[in-house]
Amino acid sequence: MGSSEVSANAGAGTASAGDLQSTGSDRLLRELPIGKIGIWWFLASEIMIFGGLITCYVLMRIAHGGWEAEAAHVKWRLGAANTLVLVTSSLTMILAHYSVERDDRGAVSRYLGITVILGLVFLGIKTFEYWSDLREGFTPLSGMFWSFYYMMTGLHAIHVTAGIVINAVLFVMARRGTLWPRVQQRVEFAGLYWHFVDVVWIFLFPLLYLS
Amino acid sequence: MRWLPQNVSTFGGDIDWVFRLILYIVGVWFILAEGTLLYFVLRYRRKSGRSALFNDGETWRELAWVFIPALIVLVLDLGIDAAGGSVWDKIKGGPPPATVEVQVKAKQFNWEFTYAGPDGKFGTADDITSENELHVPINQVVRLTLTSADVIHSFFAPNLRLKQDIVPGRTIPAWFEATATGSYPIACTELCGFGHYSMAGTLVVQSPQDYARWLKEHSTQSTASADTDRARRAN
Amino acid sequence: MAEQVHAQGIAGSQIESHHELGFLRRYIFSVDHKTIAKQYLSLSLFMAIVGGFTAYLIRWQLAWPETSVAGWGYVEPDGYNAIVTMHGTIMVFFVAMPMLLGAFGNFLIPLMVGAGDMAFPRLNAFSFWTLFTASMVLLASFFVPGGPAAAGWTSYAPLSDNPLYTGVNWGINLWIIAVALEFASFLMGGVNFLTTALNMRARGMTLWRMPLMVWMEIIAAVVFLLSVGPLVAGAVMLLLDRTIGTGFFAPDRGGDPLLWQHLFWFFGHPEVYVVALPGFGVMMEVMPVFSRKPIFGYRTIVTSVIAAGLLSFIVWAHHMFVSGMDPRLATPFSITTILISVPFAIMVFAMIATLWRGSISLKTPMLFALGGLASFMLGGVTGIFLGSAAVDIYLHGTYFVVAHFHYTLFPTVFFGGFAGLYYWYPKMFGRMMNETLGQIHFVLTFVCFNAVFIPLFLTGLAGNPRRIYETTAYEFLKPVQPLHVIATIATIVLLLGQFPFIANFVVSMFRGARAPQNPWQANTLEWQTDSPPPHGNFRTIPVVFRGPYDYTVPAAAQDWAPQSQSDREIGLAAAGG
Repeated sequence: MGSSEVSANAGAGTASAGDLQSTGSDRLLRELPIGKIGIWWFLASEIMIFGGLITCYVLMRIAHGGWEAEAAHVKWRLGAANTLVLVTSSLTMILAHYSVERDDRGAVSRYLGITVILGLVFLGIKTFEYWSDLREGFTPLSGMFWSFYYMMTGLHAIHVTAGIVINAVLFVMARRGTLWPRVQQRVEFAGLYWHFVDVVWIFLFPLLYLS
Repeated sequence: MRWLPQNVSTFGGDIDWVFRLILYIVGVWFILAEGTLLYFVLRYRRKSGRSALFNDGETWRELAWVFIPALIVLVLDLGIDAAGGSVWDKIKGGPPPATVEVQVKAKQFNWEFTYAGPDGKFGTADDITSENELHVPINQVVRLTLTSADVIHSFFAPNLRLKQDIVPGRTIPAWFEATATGSYPIACTELCGFGHYSMAGTLVVQSPQDYARWLKEHSTQSTASADTDRARRAN
Repeated sequence: MAEQVHAQGIAGSQIESHHELGFLRRYIFSVDHKTIAKQYLSLSLFMAIVGGFTAYLIRWQLAWPETSVAGWGYVEPDGYNAIVTMHGTIMVFFVAMPMLLGAFGNFLIPLMVGAGDMAFPRLNAFSFWTLFTASMVLLASFFVPGGPAAAGWTSYAPLSDNPLYTGVNWGINLWIIAVALEFASFLMGGVNFLTTALNMRARGMTLWRMPLMVWMEIIAAVVFLLSVGPLVAGAVMLLLDRTIGTGFFAPDRGGDPLLWQHLFWFFGHPEVYVVALPGFGVMMEVMPVFSRKPIFGYRTIVTSVIAAGLLSFIVWAHHMFVSGMDPRLATPFSITTILISVPFAIMVFAMIATLWRGSISLKTPMLFALGGLASFMLGGVTGIFLGSAAVDIYLHGTYFVVAHFHYTLFPTVFFGGFAGLYYWYPKMFGRMMNETLGQIHFVLTFVCFNAVFIPLFLTGLAGNPRRIYETTAYEFLKPVQPLHVIATIATIVLLLGQFPFIANFVVSMFRGARAPQNPWQANTLEWQTDSPPPHGNFRTIPVVFRGPYDYTVPAAAQDWAPQSQSDREIGLAAAGG
């Protein structure tokens, strides 16, 4: 994600006082790795998208009397399993990051690999869940609840897939050793994204499965 | 206010009053601001021998020139809000007791006005339906119930200063009391398709006798006249 | 792209002996922010011609209905709705955003903060090409069966929700995709703006020394970022409704048409500030230079703009006063709407105060800046009428609204845009534009713009609804028809009046006088390097000693003081500052 063409601190130059009036917070901003702002920017936009979607769902559901009948057929056990899978994968992602700090290269690739596998498990359970729902006749056109359900979980699943791809690429790079030297940034940013995907699910699960 | 059409509504005058209030307030500001801008541009044209003054507006004394006018703007703004707020509540806050009830159905691309007929109940065989012509008696509160058959339309009667969007899936109330007889336009003010421009209706405000007579005529008559209206427009 | 050959040629080889790039890498897929800026500019100018042409068609139809439009043909009612829709869509998303954010933001931010390029050059290139794709998708929609989108740039459901209601099928689907791609493009572009401005400022360039143009661009980018998400969600919902038959906005399938309106305007209102802010930024750069005075109240302006940006998120339902939403919501939204006039009033007063005791030179950039400010004020005050819910009952959906938003958008986007183009042209292309042609362009634009839209205020007051194919279909509007004719003639002259600009822009690129480094004697960093700047922008990254608006500093040797020059260098005694 970081750029190689322009050095992030090109403006810093050599130290010298003079009347430069650079404040502490200014220096702090300037010394942030540029990718960090980038990833937070991206996540902020995603939060607004999912946030907008979730807000619509909540408001519509309240306004239309709760959709309890329609929502009764969601497969909450599969949803709960998926929650467990995703939360665990966030844990393994954290462990990957931790391994970077401890400079344990083997552990980095191991934990990235487990995260990828857990992501695939999530998608597998999701696929099975969709298949069961469809088999029982609950399609995106089976009413407002199901329209929202498929759209929100579908959009989320697309984001999970993207995250799996990113983590898989990092896993391969870790195995080959090409992840270094900028491993710190890359694992951290991928981790931030993956945690975001996890947090969205943590909102979706109770809203869709437990109400 | 010459540019606004004739007002024949009890609350139209309130709207016009708020409009004028805003007009005078912003008018004064507008003239002052533009005048100052123009004056500065002309007065401080570049002249050899005179250089600009370095004042950057970073002291409170200098900024007072901006903050005090802004504060005045704020106070006037809030006053405008207060004035308009009560007018809004009066118009949109729920109709007063009504003596005439009309159901309005908007569709691509005309208006259907339905009256309850002699039995006083809607949905019965003696309901009177008028295409594009809304007849009402003068000086009586008329309550409209607005529905749409398809997309969003908007009921706009300029002389009543009345406008209300009509949303399919909802039943939206509106009301007015007309103060002068005559024929006045009704327009649709929400894009509703290729025939949006042709959703012209007519508001006919009549004396109570004329209104009663019109009701009587239409309750026995079929909607044959409405059919010819429709055919004429479908070119 | 001959001007780029020229531009790169002068300075390109001087700064670095970097790899020789092929034609594709250098001009088409360039990652240099200056080239990308010119790509955005070219796209926006092309789309402006398309958008201007749609304006011509609309105005002709309104002035002389039932006649054939010269140079086009007969406009049908459904075609008219499509033209109106595309006019708004093109102008907001494919002219205003690319020109003010894409072109100016990309060109100026790295230069103004003293960086060699944007933080993410490849992402920058990608964001342009995403917009290019979006434009192609939108233009393609003109040619599909059923024609292009015809539900207004606001695309209200259920009109837009079901192809049956408009007769347009792929046109609206492509419109949704094009707009979504445009959103993606500017989300990607925005990250560059913010990161570069925060992270890559030259030494000494504190946040409070950044030019206001940079502030405006990054605040606009942040407002866009935070507002567009819900509409992205809404766009997906609309597309699903149209293609697979979900019913998010369809009442007969359990949905709510008003949901679309909330989603649209939650973004739509901040969006108009996104496009207006950079236009103000241009004015705030130009006015100090051509008054030889600092901008009045720099910090106050920044604070006000941030306040306006924040407030812009809580005013959206003033577009929906009579929409059928709960009437009680009108009161809070009336209050927030009227409050937002305060920061704008502060900005306007500050700009006027900048002129006081100045030494004003009315070169073309300054003419456009002043004309833009003067015109914007009418847009601003007419907003007060619309912000009062009671008065809005009458004015909503009429030409009063149309005139109001043209008086806020045109001055900021076009007057601001022209001011910026005339001002930074020497820097971008290394040539000077013709000043006389510029003044002619200004007079024609200013006079004709006002001549188009003042009559439209009046028709709106008379009750003229918007998006009406034939005003004469209404008896009560026949008296205002002469106003429509005036507006149309003025539109035609306005459009023709852009030819001096086009000619000036193109010819000056080859025949204009070579531009010196700093033709306007301005302080900001872009003027302290070559015209046009070399790859990497600066031979050595400058160090910054002062704010951007130190004009006519007392006791200095000259009436301007580049940001990169210390007090000693501008001739002040050691204790000064």
